Amino acid sequence: MEQLKEGKSIINVRDLNLFYGEKQALFGVDLAIHEKEVTALIGPSGCGKSTFLRTLNRMNDLIDGVKITGDIVINHEDIYKTNDVIKLRTKVGMVFQKPNLFPMSIYDNVAYGPRMQGIKNKKELNNIVEESLRSAAIWDEVKDRLKTSALGLSGGQQQRVCIARAIAMKPDIILMDEPTSALDPISTLKIEELITNMKEDYTIVIVTHNMQQAARVSDKTAFFLNGEIVEYDDTDNIFSTPQDQRTEDYVTGRFG
Amino acid sequence: MSIPTTNKQAVEIGKANKRKYMLEKLSSRIFLICALLSVITLLLIIGFVFYKGAHPFVAGGYSFIDFIFGTDWVPSEDKFGIFPMIVASIFATIGALIIGVPIGLFTAIFLAEIASKRLAKIISPAIQLLAGIPSVLYGVFGLAIIIPFLQNTFGLVKGQSLLAVILVLAIMMLPTIVTVAETAIRAVPQTYREGSYALGVSQIGTIFKVIVPAAKSGIMTAIVLGLGRAIGETMAVILVAGNSLIVPTSLTDSVRPLTTNIALEMGYAFGTHQEMLFATGIVLFSFILILNFVLAKISAKGGN
Repeated sequence: MEQLKEGKSIINVRDLNLFYGEKQALFGVDLAIHEKEVTALIGPSGCGKSTFLRTLNRMNDLIDGVKITGDIVINHEDIYKTNDVIKLRTKVGMVFQKPNLFPMSIYDNVAYGPRMQGIKNKKELNNIVEESLRSAAIWDEVKDRLKTSALGLSGGQQQRVCIARAIAMKPDIILMDEPTSALDPISTLKIEELITNMKEDYTIVIVTHNMQQAARVSDKTAFFLNGEIVEYDDTDNIFSTPQDQRTEDYVTGRFG
Repeated sequence: MSIPTTNKQAVEIGKANKRKYMLEKLSSRIFLICALLSVITLLLIIGFVFYKGAHPFVAGGYSFIDFIFGTDWVPSEDKFGIFPMIVASIFATIGALIIGVPIGLFTAIFLAEIASKRLAKIISPAIQLLAGIPSVLYGVFGLAIIIPFLQNTFGLVKGQSLLAVILVLAIMMLPTIVTVAETAIRAVPQTYREGSYALGVSQIGTIFKVIVPAAKSGIMTAIVLGLGRAIGETMAVILVAGNSLIVPTSLTDSVRPLTTNIALEMGYAFGTHQEMLFATGIVLFSFILILNFVLAKISAKGGN
């Protein structure tokens, strides 16, 4: 993993263990995620990749009985020691598996985060909403219906508005938890294009079930198995010359 | 391969099935009759109350306007005005809403969102038990606790008052509001919470900006149901209202809401007096009908 030390890492995970009550779900995870790159987390169901993703913005805090040991340092701050979850989550945005827009207008959905941060100026909010929707490549499709319910959009559109909603907070990092698994192939393609464009401005960590997707969009790939990282390398290497037999078996489709 | 059946066998099977079809028909009829029974009862009650209550206005030459807006209720002098009671009922219900809705709503939010599972498991059944207490006991509680408290606090000669009614009704509507609102809040998808938390919004912010608005129609239903409970309550109100026939001008005035008027006098009333009590029932019934109409509107809106 020496070759990964080059480049600037924004997330540094050291010896991370996670327990759901008595059951251990993550075992000694070490990972350095680089700035303005797309890092894909792959692995079979139940391997801990989503659980790991959710430690990065402390979403696991919502579940009773989760215990964590080890360090996660994001932007030089140990996020489990500083204890400012609100600040963390404004810097580390998240897009979920299923689009989860609120039952309000498209505009209100995107403006929700900034408003809750105390931004009241209408002009400023308008700018944020437009910019965010443009960045999420959905502006042209929704600009005439900003005041209508967001739940009237198609699944793919909703997911891009979800991305806009995350972008509106101007985060450094965006976590994506299987963002296309509920979408049709064309919507999936649009989101993948979007991800590729977004890495100019954001560091993206994406969990995916779809290995072609990981190969298409990511710079680095980490292969999870049974709560451990088996291999972490440039995506090209993982898919062409994996070092570990288990990685090779997984990426060639022998299990999973 | 089917085994060829003889004619006799076919007849046997046909008979057995015939019995099954008969039984089918019979049971669906029984279900229908049971369902109709409640509708028939409702129609009978409405018909009876309206027949009796409308009689003095249709045949007796009494004015309905005078009945609604008259301020004197002296049956022995043939004066039947229920305006003070209408006002008392409306004030008591609105007052109970002002106190009961925020407390009920905050309790529901606390139980559904904030309280630990263990704590919620203790509080929830306690609140449901509150709904099962016979209403006369609420009256007794009001008489023994609330009325002396009001007398001492405000220096009243008589603690039976509009305020006492409001307090008792507010307590009585709590279980309805809490239970229905809690269910509505719990039904809000977990993904909304996650979406809001992931944007760095605090729990309280999430509750008031996302969860409560998402549960709005259920919460409105809770409020209307609580309101229905308050406006129709009789027994507890008799004990704490004081039953004075005046238009209340202050919270400490003794009042007589519509329900208590019927309950207090029906036992000995006859003739026109009795019919006027039925007419009081019509007014009360109209209030409930309007509430149900509002409720239907809300749930239809929530369905979309």
